[in-house]
Amino acid sequence: MSLHSRDTVPERSGRLSRRSFVGYVLGGAGLVVAADLALGAGPAQAKGLPIPSLPQIPEIYDLNDFLTHCTLPTSGLIAIHIDERGDAHFALPRMEVGQGITTSTAMLIADELDLPLDRVHVTLAPARPELLFNQLTGGSNTTISTYTPIRVAAAVARKALLDAAAIQLGALVSTLVTKRGVISDLLGNTLSYGDAAALAASPETREVKVRLKPVADRTIVGTPQRRLDALDAVTGRKRFAMDLDIPGALPTMVCRAPDLNGTAKEVRNQAAVEAMPGVTHVAIIPTGVAVRARTFGQCIDAVRALDVAWNAGTVPGRSADDILRELRRAELPLAVPKLGATTVEGDFVFHFRSGSALEPNCAVADVRDGSATIWGGLKSPIDAQSKVAKALKLPQKAVTVNVVQGGGSFGRKLFSDAAIEAAHASRAFGAPVKLMWHRADEPRQGRVHPMATSRVRATILLGSVATFEQRHTSVSTDFTHGLGERLTAEVAALPTGLANLGFSETIFTLTQEVPYDFGVVTQLLNESNLDFDRFNTSSVRNIYSPDVRCANELIVDQLAKKLKEDPVEFRLRHLKSPVVKRVLRRAAELGEWGRAMPAGTAQGIAIHKEYKGATAVLVEIDCRPGTVGRKVRDAVTGPRVTKATVVIDCGLAVNPLGVQAQMMGGFSDGMAQALSYGNHLVDGHFLEASWDNSAYTRQWNAPLEFHCEVMDGDSTEPGGVGEAGVAASMAAVACAYARATGTMPTEFPVNFRAPLHFEPKPFVPSVPESPTNGLDHVS
Amino acid sequence: MPKHTFQLNGETVTVDVEDDVRILWVLRDVLGVTGPKYGCGINVCKACTSHINGKAFNPCSVPIDAIGADDEITTIEGLADTVPGDGLHPMQEAWLEHDVAQCGYCQPGQIMAAVALVHRVRQEGRAITEDDLDAIRNVCRCGTYSRIRQAIKAGAEAM
Repeated sequence: MSLHSRDTVPERSGRLSRRSFVGYVLGGAGLVVAADLALGAGPAQAKGLPIPSLPQIPEIYDLNDFLTHCTLPTSGLIAIHIDERGDAHFALPRMEVGQGITTSTAMLIADELDLPLDRVHVTLAPARPELLFNQLTGGSNTTISTYTPIRVAAAVARKALLDAAAIQLGALVSTLVTKRGVISDLLGNTLSYGDAAALAASPETREVKVRLKPVADRTIVGTPQRRLDALDAVTGRKRFAMDLDIPGALPTMVCRAPDLNGTAKEVRNQAAVEAMPGVTHVAIIPTGVAVRARTFGQCIDAVRALDVAWNAGTVPGRSADDILRELRRAELPLAVPKLGATTVEGDFVFHFRSGSALEPNCAVADVRDGSATIWGGLKSPIDAQSKVAKALKLPQKAVTVNVVQGGGSFGRKLFSDAAIEAAHASRAFGAPVKLMWHRADEPRQGRVHPMATSRVRATILLGSVATFEQRHTSVSTDFTHGLGERLTAEVAALPTGLANLGFSETIFTLTQEVPYDFGVVTQLLNESNLDFDRFNTSSVRNIYSPDVRCANELIVDQLAKKLKEDPVEFRLRHLKSPVVKRVLRRAAELGEWGRAMPAGTAQGIAIHKEYKGATAVLVEIDCRPGTVGRKVRDAVTGPRVTKATVVIDCGLAVNPLGVQAQMMGGFSDGMAQALSYGNHLVDGHFLEASWDNSAYTRQWNAPLEFHCEVMDGDSTEPGGVGEAGVAASMAAVACAYARATGTMPTEFPVNFRAPLHFEPKPFVPSVPESPTNGLDHVS
Repeated sequence: MPKHTFQLNGETVTVDVEDDVRILWVLRDVLGVTGPKYGCGINVCKACTSHINGKAFNPCSVPIDAIGADDEITTIEGLADTVPGDGLHPMQEAWLEHDVAQCGYCQPGQIMAAVALVHRVRQEGRAITEDDLDAIRNVCRCGTYSRIRQAIKAGAEAM
């Protein structure tokens, strides 16, 4: 099939000309306007073919094009309501987990409506099955896919207000101006948005044609804005799922098996646990034994007291090296033979790492006869609704799913595990539950980034890179959170050759790209098995990109070394995209690439191209013994990244301050994935059970200097930023580590084989006791 | 059930709850004070950091019967009232100024830890150092560590 270009978007998408769109004033009391969520959703146009490397798929049609394409068949409208005070209200069909989309969405509406930012109120929409595939928050796609429809809805609202004001003021619409929520005519008569909204209500739904504001007329979009929910966050008023006061929903926790994914056979002391202080219910559910009590503390006590007979888990007796052997067996061969001195190659291992956010998995569920209501931080609420309905054997429409802001996600909340568990528990108990995972459950039984290997082989012929091959082999990734259904449904829409690939291969093919002219380039994914139920996998702020790019960039440094070229010059000479070259040049300049560094310290630089943009990261790392050996109680210290410089071009940056925040977070993730953050599979279960076990970035690891520059891109469309900082950060840290130590790391995190820095907590009971000596540590 | 009385954000409160229930759950599940967050329950992640008699502590690791009627607990909800005026605490203002929060889940604990750190180094008659900042154990899974450091320095100046 041919690809749709931007100028041939089907008529039904409502686009009339370059800046004209169709929206609706909805019939009824008050002013409610709407736009089609599929507006402006045109997959990218094929660009000119770079020579000599043939274009890879993501250069023509990438995952974001696919996700955006999925919105095309959507019939659901998104609505903005203007209230009697003239404030705008919008329920965003995406999930805020810290990435700043409620703020950036409010900015788009405020600018298009000429309304002060604090008068735009963005909430999260509940599950809306009529939106079909258009309510999934992932792939850094939110702003890319909602940028146009949200502006169109706001423009329709402004036009409806102007039309009503023109009648009231007896003036021509063309003579009216809007500013900060007030409409004025040439004589100085004014009408507030609130008064105009009352007059603008329409008895029936009518179609309206609007034009969007030219970029030059904007005053908010593109300017740095602080988060609109920051005041709530710093005062403790921000409400997460476990902070909601749902009548009768008592704290509930699950006692889990010692083995990964083990199940409960029998509870031997149910009556005794039910008689414990505060405990109201105990019941076996598919994932363990659920307990409900007056306080979570009493749930913890009850979980610890339970005597349970367990069935084996899904990887009994297996350890990381067993899984590594499976991966090795599944590795696809490299096509170009090894040619002695002309070959540069690397063989990399990436271990499991936990995807848990700081807010543990949690959800509130109230299951009654014939219906269920769920509250939770859910990035795939329609999928959650469907899975809860299936678990309870209810029709999907009998399940209401309310989306609550999440305390982080990093891909984790694409899955609705806690919502499904809460539904099971509420049904078993016949009572509402507020179900939360214990921290120990998170790294041990929660979603993990799939373990993978990446083999890279490049060949140099006559001073040029002639071939560059990569074979990425991974434990199967679970894509059953709704994206899988999208792929099934949209299979005909995929470019030729993709339709017959599995989900994982499709995602890999749509996202991975070697952005260099390296002659014959091939990148292939294979999976060690097709059983995604064995491990609970997910993205951990990216699926393939950080590992693939890390392997790539380490080899790029090796190629530069072999050709005796400066790594930045070598990259600039081979990069295809001017956008990538620009961010690389800027990062090298800002981070003072090439400055003299003491022995044992070094710079590292890397690039990444994805999400309609590009990132370059330059770091300085200190691997000297005094630094590596510094002691912090119960912590991984190790090499210290002393300075990080991140440069991103994400096209139009709706909120540059928010983009910088995402780069800072992405850097913390990428650095941890390179140096310290892994999950150890030993004898059928993961050892980590606390934040002091899982060595995610902490203050003692944070760079002493961090700088991020958001470049003005040439593109007038926004790119994605949520995951955009991770891959180049992981790669740059790995490259710096290689240079500082003189050894290219081949296993990640680099400390994986070091002696454990913690004593693993027991597996039975499944959660540790809360200490009682907190007052000994006041400070 | 035993009754326990203590001072919470400037008010005397009395709760009916078993002696060994940790203060975090007394605050969250019994009293509905949800600013302090659960992140681990074992005094590691520090998301629940609050103050007892002006010093940082982690209520997930203190049973309710370990405190007395005169002990003053301050959670993020009561922080602003510990300084004169109707506005926020200077550390909260610094947090807004530097746009620190992303998801916001750890931020109440981060702010309470920061305020206690400033008080502590003042009592020691010195300024905050990079080593002091390195020693903060509060986890931020969004990775806002650099902005936290900037905000603490700015908040300390304004305190």
